[in-house]
Amino acid sequence: MIPQANIMPEMETEMVDGPVIQLKNVFKSFGNNNVLKDFSLDLNKGENVVVLGKSGSGKSVLIKCIIGLIKPDSGTVTVLGENIPDLNHTDLDKIRAKVGFLFQSNALYDSMTVRQNLEFPLRRHRANMSKSEIDNLVIEALTNVGLAHTVDMQPSELSGGMKKRIALARTLILKPEIILYDEPTTGLDPITGREISSLMCELAKKYNTSSIIISHDLNCVKIVANRIVMLIDGKCYAQGNYDDLKNSNDKQVQQFFQ
Amino acid sequence: MKLTVLRNFLNETGDISRFTGRFFAEAFKPRYEFAELLRQAFFVGYKSLPLVAVTAFIMGLVITIQSRPTLVEFGAEAWLPKMVSVSLVREIAPVITALICAGKIGSGIGAELGSMKVTEQIDSMEVSGTNPFKFLVATRVMATTLTIPILAVLADTVSLYGGYLGANIHGVVSWDLYWNQVFDTLAFSDVLPSVLKTFFFGFAIGIIGCYKGYNSNKGTEGVGRSANSAVVVSSLLVFILDLLAVQIIDILRLT
Repeated sequence: MIPQANIMPEMETEMVDGPVIQLKNVFKSFGNNNVLKDFSLDLNKGENVVVLGKSGSGKSVLIKCIIGLIKPDSGTVTVLGENIPDLNHTDLDKIRAKVGFLFQSNALYDSMTVRQNLEFPLRRHRANMSKSEIDNLVIEALTNVGLAHTVDMQPSELSGGMKKRIALARTLILKPEIILYDEPTTGLDPITGREISSLMCELAKKYNTSSIIISHDLNCVKIVANRIVMLIDGKCYAQGNYDDLKNSNDKQVQQFFQ
Repeated sequence: MKLTVLRNFLNETGDISRFTGRFFAEAFKPRYEFAELLRQAFFVGYKSLPLVAVTAFIMGLVITIQSRPTLVEFGAEAWLPKMVSVSLVREIAPVITALICAGKIGSGIGAELGSMKVTEQIDSMEVSGTNPFKFLVATRVMATTLTIPILAVLADTVSLYGGYLGANIHGVVSWDLYWNQVFDTLAFSDVLPSVLKTFFFGFAIGIIGCYKGYNSNKGTEGVGRSANSAVVVSSLLVFILDLLAVQIIDILRLT
């Protein structure tokens, strides 16, 4: 029996225009390893959904299916009304301009300065922007994460937390409608982890974004989640808010909250 | 066991062929990454210039010193500039340039793209609306294909200068006599095929380095392996291409 807890009431009030991301019956396997088995999920506008699951349970595969980096074997992945597996490169790029992706390893380009890292998506998606407009956006994005002074530094000169903030600034620079976070606090100390989690909430409010956050850091989950989806055995095993799931009697769910 | 090795070899060959096919399918379609191409050409060409020049100079000097005693034995010391210039321009300078570049550039590309792959930078580029194959692979392969021939011509010149100094260590050959003999000996059919084959060397070094890096896996260990196998495979390919080039030149009676 799959326990389906109630969604938080305050989140329901934020739901407008239906789901911005809708996954229906998604299957994905690598050889004999069936990672996603009939996985379904809706993300509503303005909502922060955390996908919680064990390492290797397919959480990263899930968000890579959403952004089109991995093609699911079957099922539909609808983002802002478009089925991602059916899109050609040009249309996929248009969707990607509206969806930010924060990688687990930050994925800052080593050979570029912080400024060039932030300019990179702008030069691709906003080719007609002037130099001064780009400069203003770069400074605004860096100010948002409190690191305006690092603009001419190399990624190798930054600490783990600073790299995460810069990666977040790069994700936000195109003002995406949706942000996908792949383990945003992994590898950070608890204090920096909390800072990053609070920053995510603050920026989500400021830019009115919807987010899917992949995590198994309960401190982060508690701060950012409107709703938690538990990915167990390739399926959406349970969902609900933090307290519902924490008080669940289901053994598999309880394992995460002990 | 032997069958597995053969299967792996054929699989790898097939994958490299597909990768090369993808290069031709994508490299010449817009959007063109001129800025990145220039940046890569700077790194591949300009940054390799001192190493190639020093190696070519030493090779010119050494080949001349080593060849001299044999020619002296036959009383043909005066032919030293002729013999040295043909061997340097036709074979030694292009192949040494290609091998130096396979070591320096091939390993660099393999390691750089490999680490970009394992740290998700390639995925990040794709998410940012950039075709990473065009931005990373096409530019690097074009840069190696276009700059290695230039380096080879430079290596020809510097090695011939090394040859001049080598000829003057035990004997006396005037500057004018040396260069007159060199240009008298060298024909268009010596220089053109030797430069042409360096385009293929450059292409092979670029495509193998990119293939190994782009398909790197297994974390940091995989990055090291990519860099290493990029050097080994591209160096081997340089020799195979050289063998083919010599055969073709011979068949066409260009020598």
